[in-house]
Amino acid sequence: MAGLVTAFGSGAMTNSIQEIDNTACFFNIGTNTTHAHPIIGHRIRRAVNNGAKLIVANPKEIELARHADLFIQHQPGSDVVLMMGMARVILEEGLHDEAFIAERTENFAAFKESLAEFTPEYVTELTGVPWAQIQAAARMYATNTPSAIYYAMGITQHTHGTDNVMATANLALLTGNVGRASAGVNPLRGQNNVQGACDLGGLPNVYPGYQKVADPNMQKKFEEAWDVKLSPENGLTHVEIFNAMYEGDIKAMYLVGENPLLTEANANHVQEALERVEFLVVQDLFMSETAAYAHVILPAASFAEKDGTFTNTERRAQRVRQAIPPRGNSRPDWWITAQIGQRMSDHGFDFNAPQEIMAEVNQVTPIYGGITYERLEDVNGLQWPCPTTDHPGTQFLHQGKFARGKGHFSPLHYKPPFEQTDDDYPLLLTTDRSLFHWHSGSMTHRVAGLDVLNSEELLLIHPQDAAAQGIADGEMVAVASRRGALSVRAKVTDVCLPGVVSMTFHFPEAPTNVLTSSALDPVAKIPETKVAAVRIEKLAELV
Amino acid sequence: MEKIKLTIDGLEIEAEAGTSVLDAALANDIYIPHLCHHPDLKPVGACRLCGVDVNGRMEMSCLLPVREGLDVKTNSPEVGATRQVAIELLLADHPQGCLSCGASLQCELLHIADHIGVDGERIERLRRPSEPLPIDNSNPFFSFDPNKCVLCGICVRTCEDIVGLGVLDFVNRGSRTVIGTFGNEPFIDSICESCGECVVRCPVGSLAPKRWQRPSHEVQSTCVYCGVGCGIYLGVKGDQVVSVRADRERPSNQGSLCVKGRYGYNFINHKDRLTTPLIKKEGQFVEATWDEALDLVAEKFADYKGSEFAALASAKCTNEDNYLIQKFTRAVMQTNTVDHCARL
Amino acid sequence: MVQLTDFQDLQRQAMADWESLHQDGRPIIMVGTATCGRSAGSLEVLDALRAATEKQEIDCHIFEVGCTGACYAEPLVYIIKPDQPAIVYGDVTPQLAPRLIQSYLIKDNPLPRYSIGTFGNGRIEGIPDLFSTPVFEPQARRALNRCGFIDPTSLEHYLANDGYTGVTKAFAIGPEQVIEEVKNAGLRGRGGAGFPTWRKWRFCRDAPSDQKYLICNADEGDPGAFMNRSLLEGDPHAVLEGMIIAGYALGASIGYIYCRAEYPLALERLRGAIKQAKEHGLLGDNILDSGFDFHIKIKEGAGAFVCGEETALIASIEGKRGMPTPRPPFPAVSGLWGKPTIINNVESLADVGLILQNGSDWFAEYGTEKSKGTKTIALVGKVKNTGLVEVPLGITLRELVFDIGGGAPDGKAFKAVQTGGPSGGCIPESLLDTPVDYDSLNAAGTIMGSGGVVVMDERTCMVDFARYFLDFAEKESCGKCVPCRLGTKQLLGILEDICAGNGRPGDIEMLEELGRGIKAGSLCGLGQTAPNPVLTTIRYFRDEYEAHIHEKRCPAGACKSLISYYINNDLCVGCTLCAQNCSTSAITGEFKGPHYIDQDICTQCGVCYTVCPKKANAVEIISPSLRL
Repeated sequence: MAGLVTAFGSGAMTNSIQEIDNTACFFNIGTNTTHAHPIIGHRIRRAVNNGAKLIVANPKEIELARHADLFIQHQPGSDVVLMMGMARVILEEGLHDEAFIAERTENFAAFKESLAEFTPEYVTELTGVPWAQIQAAARMYATNTPSAIYYAMGITQHTHGTDNVMATANLALLTGNVGRASAGVNPLRGQNNVQGACDLGGLPNVYPGYQKVADPNMQKKFEEAWDVKLSPENGLTHVEIFNAMYEGDIKAMYLVGENPLLTEANANHVQEALERVEFLVVQDLFMSETAAYAHVILPAASFAEKDGTFTNTERRAQRVRQAIPPRGNSRPDWWITAQIGQRMSDHGFDFNAPQEIMAEVNQVTPIYGGITYERLEDVNGLQWPCPTTDHPGTQFLHQGKFARGKGHFSPLHYKPPFEQTDDDYPLLLTTDRSLFHWHSGSMTHRVAGLDVLNSEELLLIHPQDAAAQGIADGEMVAVASRRGALSVRAKVTDVCLPGVVSMTFHFPEAPTNVLTSSALDPVAKIPETKVAAVRIEKLAELV
Repeated sequence: MEKIKLTIDGLEIEAEAGTSVLDAALANDIYIPHLCHHPDLKPVGACRLCGVDVNGRMEMSCLLPVREGLDVKTNSPEVGATRQVAIELLLADHPQGCLSCGASLQCELLHIADHIGVDGERIERLRRPSEPLPIDNSNPFFSFDPNKCVLCGICVRTCEDIVGLGVLDFVNRGSRTVIGTFGNEPFIDSICESCGECVVRCPVGSLAPKRWQRPSHEVQSTCVYCGVGCGIYLGVKGDQVVSVRADRERPSNQGSLCVKGRYGYNFINHKDRLTTPLIKKEGQFVEATWDEALDLVAEKFADYKGSEFAALASAKCTNEDNYLIQKFTRAVMQTNTVDHCARL
Repeated sequence: MVQLTDFQDLQRQAMADWESLHQDGRPIIMVGTATCGRSAGSLEVLDALRAATEKQEIDCHIFEVGCTGACYAEPLVYIIKPDQPAIVYGDVTPQLAPRLIQSYLIKDNPLPRYSIGTFGNGRIEGIPDLFSTPVFEPQARRALNRCGFIDPTSLEHYLANDGYTGVTKAFAIGPEQVIEEVKNAGLRGRGGAGFPTWRKWRFCRDAPSDQKYLICNADEGDPGAFMNRSLLEGDPHAVLEGMIIAGYALGASIGYIYCRAEYPLALERLRGAIKQAKEHGLLGDNILDSGFDFHIKIKEGAGAFVCGEETALIASIEGKRGMPTPRPPFPAVSGLWGKPTIINNVESLADVGLILQNGSDWFAEYGTEKSKGTKTIALVGKVKNTGLVEVPLGITLRELVFDIGGGAPDGKAFKAVQTGGPSGGCIPESLLDTPVDYDSLNAAGTIMGSGGVVVMDERTCMVDFARYFLDFAEKESCGKCVPCRLGTKQLLGILEDICAGNGRPGDIEMLEELGRGIKAGSLCGLGQTAPNPVLTTIRYFRDEYEAHIHEKRCPAGACKSLISYYINNDLCVGCTLCAQNCSTSAITGEFKGPHYIDQDICTQCGVCYTVCPKKANAVEIISPSLRL
């Protein structure tokens, strides 16, 4: 997200799902779209069937690769090199949009200069992709307009994830594929309301609506609105929080609807952090692996049992409506938080319904200014920015002018992943998602049927690597990284490159994130779950 | 959009240019029998039931574009006779256990038979199918009964044109033609993604959900899984969610759902749900009232205001939930250390 | 690039070579090795001939040729001695082959009793002129004029016999004039429907598009039909020439030949011919410096009958399941990959070559007012002279069956003739004077089709015959539309019941009603014509249906469930042949004594009937069955 803020001034998906139908070329990098965002996946496949071009770049041969005009299987961690290589081809062959660059962007010269080091030899060596394929991708992306980039965690969960995102933005700026329909740079947001959680201030450095904590005017605005004194300091990020807990600096935690023990990188570290915290409140639907460490557990109502709004990946705020009463004595999250708030403060938490909360959001959050419950009764969601109640919402961003003014080109250089393979840990582990499960599986493992379609964690391993270790298809193996170890069933398949293995992280029995690294991107503070050095051994030998 | 005037059975109606006579008729509440037509799909003219008479010539109304001044009769003798033969052939080839078929109330075949009028004695004179084909129960969410299949091809076209996957096609030839996956393997062994788009469009009970109860009412909402944010209708019976149906009007999904969205709702009613506040006492969780739990939380949190406190909001919760959590953290707990799993 | 002058040089050289082939003083031996010949053993005969000439150290030309059409006499060997007419030997075996060499080439005894005729200049004592024999005399061999007389693997042979002059003519007169020429010739599609070829071309030529396609439909699927196969195997360049001309007229730069994979020899011949044509600049870019590019690709079909239907054929080429799609849009406007596409039958394209080579007037010499030219016909069934013939349109069915075909064999009485394959209908003796042309056959309730003609005699049960074709149609229906898929199944089920003695009153009316519904309601030609064999047999032989249903009797004595074999001991000579050959040991009897069939054991296989000596003729067929 930070990458897109730097380039465009907003971190959200620039364009809308419906526009997929008219996109002429898709460049999907680091997104297993048909599994992680199935309906967007359907729509892209449909557009491709109707003649659109599709470039898939992924270290793993994902489902969408089957539908691609061009499938690029590059080395994990080489995304920047790949995209800078493409940018070089576009410029060399004169496929860039000069007028757009001149009118609407800045820092082009520096960017151009930074391309010099990305020679065909250099790019091919680091990505493992033939130069001709990179040329083909560049031409396909640059000559079929409108061309859209889609990406997800596959490029952000790296120590240089921000660079990766800026590389996507560079390509779009270079070809004028932003600020117009059916084009853009489109980060696909994972969770149903990850967009909304960000929009509404669930971030340590911004208030709702991306209003900066560090900006004294914003601090003042919220102090007035909420009638309290506020801290001028940015808070800690997710991984930093667990580090601080581990160090004993954070002593109490209010944890809502998460299961970091399974979803967080370097899970063993997280476990120790949880053990050290003095007072942990967990608010959730189920007794999770994490909740076992809680001091108080508060039972939350599910989405079917409460009212509210979710904001999807295309910035569309949509209504959630109560269909059934809360199970047992569970309560909606907003009610619980409001109750705690009321006990600790004499004002500011006196809400009786989500609608009243949204009314306050409308007041303090300009991009949500016009997104009211009254309007959501009549329309199928509203896309922010929607500053006023007569504003129709915004289908795609940066039309005519970028949120930050000019589109910013970022000169980039190759940075190796935090973790490299060596003799002890010779393979790279990258993580992926299954179509049939969700995150830690606390919901999907409780749906009879989904476990039939995907019953256990599998380690995907290339036949060469399997043969080297004498591992047969279907055999249990031990996987160890510098941080942890687990046992898992091996699936021998050439969807992975030699030297690369892949797992999902949906199964508590094989908690993949004990293996992954929590090394952070210095800007976005996202952990590098997509690259971890591991060792695989036949289980019999290990025991 | 340009409006075209045409006449159907003497009634003058208006239709948008480019629509078919069938769609124009249906839009004006004039029923013409049809089995292989689906509003989401291109027409193929396979069932031969929607024939109409235009100047003495029979045309399939699903394939016939509206024209200014077109005079259409939906039931001339020739059209009627052809339709009669087609429905009789279909009925003679179809299993008769309608009462135990999940599709009965939505069954297009019954609907058509009811419209055309069927003489049981005539059907008796036709030859019945011999050996029933095995039912494919391999998918956990739906089953495929080839004996009930009318080979309208809607599932084939749905998977190809809507899902973009192409799991299904016609297999074999002649009267042995069936719908099947590549190599006619069971669904579970195919590349099927179990989205169920074909199941919801099956006009008969051939592709049918394994667990189906008609809800007593539906509530419009939004799917809780991924960031696409599909519009859904939660079907409610008593205090339970018993079905999920896609919202055709919602721009994010326009009537489509994936396997989790459509079939993944049973966690709501799962016995593992936390139903009461719990307080850990001597290493054991003990049930508590809300007041006990909330008082304890408020009392304890008061000791950790400032940099000793952290909150993790949730990308699964609503905007309103998240707003309150961050407000609570900043305004009450006096720290900006609130984050959520956006980065995971 | 090959210039027109290069081509003319090539042509001159080919003619000179052809000339010297016949005048260099060495005998010529030709063996018919098309599929029909091969299945009769012609490759073994060829080996035997080669061995014999080598052994005898005879310096001669030996080459393979295609099919002349005399399938009843395969394998065929042609021997031409210098200054002698060609002698055609029939039913040649590997044993006979060296004798022919020894006798004719060395000792000059032509062995007339093994010959079916001569052709070329001169006569040979005791052997008739082939083209004056009853089989060949009424024929007009045009599309087949080179078939069986040239080496199909030789471009030079084709060039020496007017080959590719149609292409040079077309390039000289321009595409518009080519269409005009085809229009004047009155050519109608030879694949079945008889749509005027020029009109179809006109639609396509006038359809604006950056790309157009020509498809040669070589998916000959009618049971018993082999006209196209013989032509492709015997004269492949003729089809390529027609395609180049058609492509030129349409403005199509790519042509496909959709040929069934069950025709391996035809495919081999086509591939060879395409390679030669490319090498000599007759295919490729800028053909003979005309500015016209044309490329031919071969697509092998998997043998689905329905893929002969234009839209299904297109789907199959596109890699989809071969299923018809509704028309409009017609392929001439939106066909292969959505582009204007013309599909012409093999024979139509060969005719196009002939029209351009010889002129429209020449082509229209034969035929009737509305059906011009000649038609190749595969004459099969209960007829003496089965084979491939080419006749002027307008010849009567009687001439075809009796003069050319020689009538039913073994002194049986003729009963009916079926034209048009599974889509066609049956015509009884009373209508035998119907002319073979598109419109007259339609009026009689059948169709011309691609040229398959099946003859039936008194032992053919018309119900069983209809059942056979419905079994075919039911299996070959693509399964897409309801009337065809389920309707043919019902028709077949009812016909099977009738043949098995389980017919019910009302079944005939049911068949008629269903048949009409299927014809009216089906999506493509397959379904629209599938009931024809049933409807026409009911129309002309209703009494046979009634006998089956009401009396459980098969008048032709063909339906096994309704007949019994019975030994008339007044006639039986007690030879025991029947008892020896009975596979179920149902026959008892002593040498020179009476014989009896145990009806409970008998399976009605009919072996006793076949083996009973003609003189005795003691086995009789009785219907209704004695078992009932």
